Amino acid sequence: MSNILFDAPGPRARVRHRMLAVLGGLALLAFVAFVVWRFYDSGQFTARKWEWLQYKQVQEDLISAILATLRAFALGAVLALVFGAVFAAGRLSEHKPVRMVSAFIVELFRAIPLLILMFLFYFGFGSIGLDVSPYLAVVLGLMLYNGSVLAEVFRAGILALPKGQSEAAYALGMRKTQVMVLILLPQALRSMMPTIISQLVVLLKDTALGFLITYDELLKYAQYIGGQGAFGRPFVPTAIVVAAIYIGMCLLLTWLATYLQKRERRSKKHIDLEDGGAKAKQIQLAGEAGAGGGGAGIGAN
Amino acid sequence: MNILTDYWPLFRDGFLTTIELFLIAGVASLVLGVFGAMLRVSPVPVFRAAGTLYVTVVRNTPLTLVFLFFVFAYPYLDIVEFSYFAAAVVALSVYTSAFICEVVRSGINTVPLGQAEAARALGLTFSQSLAEIILPQALRSVVPPLVSTLIALLKNTTIAAGFSVAEAGRIRSILADDGENQLVGLLWVSLGFIILVMFLTLVQRSLEKRWSVAR
Repeated sequence: MSNILFDAPGPRARVRHRMLAVLGGLALLAFVAFVVWRFYDSGQFTARKWEWLQYKQVQEDLISAILATLRAFALGAVLALVFGAVFAAGRLSEHKPVRMVSAFIVELFRAIPLLILMFLFYFGFGSIGLDVSPYLAVVLGLMLYNGSVLAEVFRAGILALPKGQSEAAYALGMRKTQVMVLILLPQALRSMMPTIISQLVVLLKDTALGFLITYDELLKYAQYIGGQGAFGRPFVPTAIVVAAIYIGMCLLLTWLATYLQKRERRSKKHIDLEDGGAKAKQIQLAGEAGAGGGGAGIGAN
Repeated sequence: MNILTDYWPLFRDGFLTTIELFLIAGVASLVLGVFGAMLRVSPVPVFRAAGTLYVTVVRNTPLTLVFLFFVFAYPYLDIVEFSYFAAAVVALSVYTSAFICEVVRSGINTVPLGQAEAARALGLTFSQSLAEIILPQALRSVVPPLVSTLIALLKNTTIAAGFSVAEAGRIRSILADDGENQLVGLLWVSLGFIILVMFLTLVQRSLEKRWSVAR
């Protein structure tokens, strides 16, 4: 796509590009070198700051912290998918009251920052004597927020299917539940899969918010280790390690999405959506931005 | 015992700080994001690679971790000292600009081929055609997702509350110190955010109506 913006470079342009590449590369290298030098100069690369990684106890705790993150992710993802499916069905219902209630709930939870939702469950309910564990607060927040975004994704996916699909199904004498379950959902899910998985990446990143409501997950553990005087307060090393873990986990999910998308394109069962899935893509783009309560706002579409 | 009226200055200052944070980080990430998008479509491969790397890394990192880095780890590097507020602005801008970059880039893809071809046929250079022809059209077509990203930014500002910035997400802990009912306070904060988001959505709609180009 990028080559539409410029002609194939001629001899002079090639020289210019090469010079720019060298200059830009140098500038970039200088910046990276400066940062690395600052890390080095402030003693972040000394063995003392990294020896925490060698302790068996720390390694085991690190793994259990990762598992805590994954536990919140797994339950949150399942609940969000169910929540999304239920409210997408609600928004597509034939009964106006059901539609209105579902729309209200979906728009409401997309507009409240995820962190505030978690605060509501953890501190808010806690202060009226209803004790909610940090784990439960994280999961509920993830479910409500990401479930609402997913509901919009599902709805956009089903609405983007060609109208002939449901018309043909009705013409065959199917009931509306049959039409939805047998005809629309399989096709919509197929084309929505990459978008859904991207939203799950968001959900995985959002588990890090549990850090702020004392849920003992990966980030919380990183901060704990980073503050240990015995290890020389290795905040920078722990931040680097934890960032690598998060990026690794998210990239794995992203690759899954890309893989499915590629397989989908090859599949003969593929059906071209009327808007090419543009709307769902847009919802997802907005949702993605919100690690920590993002997403399109009230009636953003 | 109405918390909102009793603590009005607290709520007002909290939301004002939130809005201030949002505006500064919003402008910064718009500028950075558009710059990043220009890098990602540039003819020089090194620039494209740098842009892609930045977007991939930042988009897969939790914002809370970015905050954690700038508040706890960054001071150890002794480069420039940040106040908590400045650290929050930097963290939010670094994070949001990656998303804006993606949105703008997808907008550049929606501009019809003929526009770029005509610009080239007229002899405009890459930077000229990008700045005069492509970007103005691209930005118009991405107003809805762009504003959605900014709405996400507005909601993300609450994370700064966990890192010692006295903004709307912080109201809760002050109410807790005074032994007030946190649930009611948090519901008021939620309402405040709903109102702000609704306002931004209205802006989004009117911009979309005014700038949508018929193609």
